[in-house]
Amino acid sequence: MRFLDEFNDPELARRLFDEIERLATREWAIMEVCGGQTHSIIRNGIDQLLPDSIELIHGPGCPVCVTPLGVIDKALEIAALPEVIFCSFGDMLRVPGSQHDLFQIRSEGGDIRVVYSPLDAVRLAEEHPDRQVVFFAIGFETTAPPNAMTVHLAHQRGLTNFSVLVSHVLVPPAIEALCSSPTSRVDAFLAAGHVCSVMGTWQYGPLVDAYQVPIVVTGFEPLDVLDGIRRAVAQLEAGEARLENAYERVVSSAGNAAAQAMIEDVFQVCDRQWRGIGEIPASGWRLSDRYADFDAELRFGVSDVDAPESSLCRSGEVLQGLIKPHECEAFGKECTPRAPLGATMVSSEGACAAYYQYRRLDVVPVEVGVG
Amino acid sequence: MCLAVPGKIVETRDERGTRMATIDFDGIRKDICLAYLPDIEVGDYAIVHVGFAISKVDEATALETLALFRELGVLDDELGVTGGTVGGPIPDARGGVR
Repeated sequence: MRFLDEFNDPELARRLFDEIERLATREWAIMEVCGGQTHSIIRNGIDQLLPDSIELIHGPGCPVCVTPLGVIDKALEIAALPEVIFCSFGDMLRVPGSQHDLFQIRSEGGDIRVVYSPLDAVRLAEEHPDRQVVFFAIGFETTAPPNAMTVHLAHQRGLTNFSVLVSHVLVPPAIEALCSSPTSRVDAFLAAGHVCSVMGTWQYGPLVDAYQVPIVVTGFEPLDVLDGIRRAVAQLEAGEARLENAYERVVSSAGNAAAQAMIEDVFQVCDRQWRGIGEIPASGWRLSDRYADFDAELRFGVSDVDAPESSLCRSGEVLQGLIKPHECEAFGKECTPRAPLGATMVSSEGACAAYYQYRRLDVVPVEVGVG
Repeated sequence: MCLAVPGKIVETRDERGTRMATIDFDGIRKDICLAYLPDIEVGDYAIVHVGFAISKVDEATALETLALFRELGVLDDELGVTGGTVGGPIPDARGGVR
């Protein structure tokens, strides 16, 4: 057990592994929804330390990975405009659009800034009244309150040179889509703890009831993930399907009311394309109509580009848990973090990037110097 | 982007009607927004997501998580410390995943 010593409490980790081994009498497939959980699992070898009967399926909870190609292309089009300062979280810079990524736009003279907080983009708009500042507002429910605040403040401060390119995605509709998919093999879900710290856990009860599937709200540290798996296996073995909160030290059932109120004000639910997966009904947020003045798509008149994904890239199957990253023929060869074919190879929360970083020597011979 | 980091509130202030704070993440200080945790006070620990305090945590939990992040070497990445000046020009393309 070469990884066990790397847990911050190896003794507790061993007890959790032993308990899971004792509980598991048959095969179960458990999906961790959050990309941060995937990263923890692969880094710590949790999937390799679990009994063979427990399979972990890596879910679509990586915002960088599921932001649709058409939106990336819109971002690239806007970022290339000479009057624009384009602000983004750093993970988005290398995500391939149909022809370029943001790094290339920048090398061709685009003014692209990495922001830590979305409020940095608002500040830039105030400091550069002669420029158009655009913030790339992507992510799941966790980044939505910070992103919504930029629009609220820009409105409050009367900023006419600030806008947002919004592509938000929501976890519960994705879980529902997976539950109702005929190809899904998922027996239980580990829900994303930090999404629930914003939204609470109340959205998940109806899914548990409708699909009779255990959902365990789980953190993303290695021991949190192990505890989530233990609870999921315990429910499955007992023939139960309950909503369980394994991350109570952070997540309440109601969530953060102030954050939810801001989201309600600034965004409204919309259908959303998920990169590699397709359209999921009511699975996203867009700017609500009252803030249409801050919509970068309208301001710059960017339109959808119909561009195909790389034919080699199987990230859609990875995102749906149908294959593991190293089962893609391009993994570690044509597709590396330095030259990614799909977004799952870009973000550290992407399953392909996690496998590349921690597993490639185990599974795929890679040329020296690649990546 | 999705990693949420706990830190200790060391100072709070009002900036044009928005409650802001200086927070200490294991020695790295950042300005964050408290709009979503209006009752949090100096000395409390909060989990911070892209510059916003989202939920309060107890000190023991926060310190444990910070120690783990330090060990994993993810703190600087998540806080943008290695990603160039915040809001400044971006650094050159880096190879490999972080």
